[in-house]
Amino acid sequence: MKILAIDSSGLVASAAIWEGNPGEKGCILAVSSTDYKKTHSQTLLPMIDSICKETSAEAQDFDAVAISAGPGSFTGLRIGSATAKAIAMAADVPVIEVPTLSGLAYNLWGAGSYVCPMMDARRNQVYTALYSFENGKLVTHIEGEAVAVEEMIERINSLGKEVIFLGDGADAYKQILESSVKVPFGFAPAHLNRQNAASVAVLGSVMYAEGLTVNADDHSPTYLRVSQAEREGTKNFDLRK
Amino acid sequence: MSDILTENKELLVLGIESSCDETAASVIKGCREVLSNVIYSQIDLHTVYGGVVPEIASRGHIEKINQVVKKALSEAGKELKDMDAIAVTYGPGLVGALLVGVAHAKALGWAAGVPVVGVNHIEGHICANFIDNPSLEPPFMCLVASGGHSHLVNVTGYGEYEIIARTRDDAAGEAFDKVARAIGLGYPGGPKIDKESKNGNPDAIDFPRAKVRENEYDFSFSGLKSAVLNYLNSCNMKGETINSADVAASFQKAVVDTLVGHSMQAAKDRGVKKFAIAGGVASNTSLREAFEKECAAAGIEFMRPQPIYCTDNGAMIGVAGSYEYLLGYRSGLDLNAVPNLSIGDRKGVFKI
Repeated sequence: MKILAIDSSGLVASAAIWEGNPGEKGCILAVSSTDYKKTHSQTLLPMIDSICKETSAEAQDFDAVAISAGPGSFTGLRIGSATAKAIAMAADVPVIEVPTLSGLAYNLWGAGSYVCPMMDARRNQVYTALYSFENGKLVTHIEGEAVAVEEMIERINSLGKEVIFLGDGADAYKQILESSVKVPFGFAPAHLNRQNAASVAVLGSVMYAEGLTVNADDHSPTYLRVSQAEREGTKNFDLRK
Repeated sequence: MSDILTENKELLVLGIESSCDETAASVIKGCREVLSNVIYSQIDLHTVYGGVVPEIASRGHIEKINQVVKKALSEAGKELKDMDAIAVTYGPGLVGALLVGVAHAKALGWAAGVPVVGVNHIEGHICANFIDNPSLEPPFMCLVASGGHSHLVNVTGYGEYEIIARTRDDAAGEAFDKVARAIGLGYPGGPKIDKESKNGNPDAIDFPRAKVRENEYDFSFSGLKSAVLNYLNSCNMKGETINSADVAASFQKAVVDTLVGHSMQAAKDRGVKKFAIAGGVASNTSLREAFEKECAAAGIEFMRPQPIYCTDNGAMIGVAGSYEYLLGYRSGLDLNAVPNLSIGDRKGVFKI
């Protein structure tokens, strides 16, 4: 079977094709990633088209579409989700909602320490979670959420075990991490430090084998944050103003 | 130009619209026949905020887009692969909202091997007139008035638009929303003011009709809106009771006078024979009646879409897209949303 994987949750646009049998290792037939200024709306679909052409694949060849389902940039997530939903609809296949932070953690599969992906969530927060790998399986210790980096550091310090940070949030708050983290820590190297659709594809294949798929119609991103209007409530929207 | 129509009676185009708070899709046959017209309105999500919240609108679109497109196809009795083209609104509108439709349409087209053409939302509104008026062909003049736009456009040919006038500040529909809010009618303002006006005296209060110096046909509604707010404030200060029906009726008359007056002047000056209206405000009963009367008096044929094709819908995008497709326009996999797209601008669309 083949899985098309997409990640457009942050500044990186990434697409990959995984081929194999469900539950087995499989292989990545193609992957394409760019971390450049252009908008995902302009880069993502040409990228998917390109990796499909390179591997003689068509939309109808995919058995599922794995989408990096959030958190991340609201607009970026929706460009990826709209693309995934349309391709899955046309091919009549399910969607695999791979949590973005889990996909990011999968870049460091097999790490012997905690893995802490951090995405810059602005407003002095990061989207973050804490994982480890046990017997090759991803284990979640702290579920994904939007929190102040200091709060996450406090929790990590209390766990007292080595941790590797990765993601653009880890870069953005490097100084705070270096000065405040009390446990042994490290940062992922550049080639493992950003969202990558290949990781989304591999974790997606694991989830597919576990039956964790959704109907494409029902998929929408997991934002982990409500809109500004909802946050501020209707009190600021005086109908007479 | 009518050759285009007669030769392509079997053309099938899927139209997708997500520029504001309606997720909509439609299948159009032979450029003008509506096989399906599915609209998922999010109005309930936005009413508590007194207007459209862009992020909430965008989230709503991504939740409903597949269902809406599937329903449009199934109601038309067609499949995606039967389509000759997919037409999608790529501007103007809310960027986050537009991007959902654009990304979805492009990926659908890519996956099914169907060409995609980006459509201008305002041109879509204008083309809604082709649906109910089978004999309508360019040239004609059209007033497009909605919550986001107020344009007077000369349609010189299929896909050919010349802007005669535009608003200098608020769109007509925007003024309706703001005034409706001020007199406590709530959102959306257009239909609420239309209804309230029926119980009021349109000559009760003399609100100003603005003229723009540089272009006599241009519109301006912010002065009118301020005049209404000032009137309400002064009533409140004097402790006078406000008759909201009179305010609504008088305000509506000022908007209608301006839209009709400028439009008829331009139509007469240019010797226009056919005049059409489009956009959400075009479903306002008072505006329709005024245009019917004035056009009849001037010997100009008057046309308007039925209300369901005045508010945002996929059918108008499918119709506009059908002509764009037949004229040879296509969009690439890199089509982007253009939130401030002008009428007649084809940024992101190329000719084959």
